[in-house]
Amino acid sequence: MKFMLMMNCPRNGYDEFMKLPKAMLEAHIGFMVEFAKKLSRQGELVAAEGLAAPTQAKLVRAGKNGKPVTDGVFPESKEYLAGYWIVDVDGAERAYEIAAEASTAPLPEGQVLEIEVREVMSGPPQDLG
Amino acid sequence: MKERGLDPAIEHLLRELAPQVLGAAVRRFRDFVACEDAVQEALIAATEQWPRYGMPDDPRAWLMKVARRRMTDHVRSEIARRERETAIADAAPLATAPLPDDPLHAEADDTLMLLYMCCHPALTDASAIALTLRAVGGLTTEEIAKAFLVPAATMGQRISRAKQMIVDSRVPFALPDADERAARLGAVLHVLYLVFNEGYTASAGDSLQRTDLSNEAIRLTRAVHALLPRDPEVDGLLALMLLTDARRDARTAADGALVPLDEQDRSRWNRTMINEGVALASAALRRGAVGEYQLLAAIAAVHDEAPRAEDTDWPQILALYGVLMRIADNPMVVLSHAVAAAMVHGPRAGLELLEPLANDDRLREHHRLHAVRAHLLERAGERDAALAQYRAAAERTTSIPERDYLLRKAAALE
Repeated sequence: MKFMLMMNCPRNGYDEFMKLPKAMLEAHIGFMVEFAKKLSRQGELVAAEGLAAPTQAKLVRAGKNGKPVTDGVFPESKEYLAGYWIVDVDGAERAYEIAAEASTAPLPEGQVLEIEVREVMSGPPQDLG
Repeated sequence: MKERGLDPAIEHLLRELAPQVLGAAVRRFRDFVACEDAVQEALIAATEQWPRYGMPDDPRAWLMKVARRRMTDHVRSEIARRERETAIADAAPLATAPLPDDPLHAEADDTLMLLYMCCHPALTDASAIALTLRAVGGLTTEEIAKAFLVPAATMGQRISRAKQMIVDSRVPFALPDADERAARLGAVLHVLYLVFNEGYTASAGDSLQRTDLSNEAIRLTRAVHALLPRDPEVDGLLALMLLTDARRDARTAADGALVPLDEQDRSRWNRTMINEGVALASAALRRGAVGEYQLLAAIAAVHDEAPRAEDTDWPQILALYGVLMRIADNPMVVLSHAVAAAMVHGPRAGLELLEPLANDDRLREHHRLHAVRAHLLERAGERDAALAQYRAAAERTTSIPERDYLLRKAAALE
């Protein structure tokens, strides 16, 4: 079963992240790099990606001529997806364990990474008798 | 699996020879982890060299020779490493006098022993599946990774860890004794069944690698059947696979949508597979001892023998599910039993049987309970309740083709 573990961050999350003290920043980056390696060694990693800052994001729709029309991001958006892992595991419990471990990434006192766990729709259809 | 772009005859031969060569290597060198790597390298070398330079006269001996060369290199570097590390050349197990080159009768046992090893109960299902496909099925790590849609590096690690767990568990490379054999064979059949389902349930748009998994499962189950021709559960599993796979083409529409059994075009069912499956299922039932796979095969046979959906012998299916419920503690069986009861005694009877299941922790939140309830409510003429149940099922399934099917059913009632 595949699960997506999403690292959501609040609107100001990127700003906060940019301002992390050096030691904390190094610890955080080191944790993320090692965590992905560990998931791969465990034979569980499908993908791990971080996303570029939301200030670089665009909202896109097709214009009248079918060409893309891009907008800046809605300012009222509260949360952004900062990155995600996709893992292939035997069940939801294992996905929660991995998410719990991910949430221990070093951050300043009072900040905790909360991980949203969603199952990927890769399950088998059953014969409908 | 097609991507090697190999002549199918070579492909088939390599996969046939893989467990024989590995078995012979393990008996000779007693090191499963290293031998498995060596044989994998030999298989890859064969796929590169045979198409270019032609098939060797004795393909098996060729593979043995390459694997043995790899193993000799490995043993040498192992000894050197140990000498460096401990200054004690404690290489006794590695220096065992080579055994004579595999007498023919051992080949069959080797395949079985490998299966017992790879389907060791200490492994998770996912690990046992991956290891079985590589060590016994002769697939490459890349092929297995593609079939399960994970990166090759991840699959490689999963296989390495599985091998290491087998070494740590100290399971000997030998046939389990009589007491243990039934349980271990059960684990083997379970893994083969899972491989089959992975392939069978892959949707039409999926890569060939996925759907080929069912062919691979059937091939391996045939091999087990050839080795244990009088085991009724092996008969049953092979029959179940054939009787199920016979319907594969009719099961999905051209656009990938699921087609339920009662709407399938039965002229597209594979008659050859059905005939073989029915013969196997009947032979198994005549042997007396009744097991889960035999019963599932018998049920599949009843479906497959009905010329039209309305000709299905539901009373017989109901009776078979009744027996199955007594020997298997599986909530899905209870659901199927309720469906059969509804076909025989009407939708109300089925719905009544579903009622206690709402308190079953394994089923309460399962989409299949909602889907079955939806079907029965629809047949009972309770449109609104059926609609709500179809949507509840659609919300809970993790299969996109199934979700689409359920949403279409709901939309049709709107």
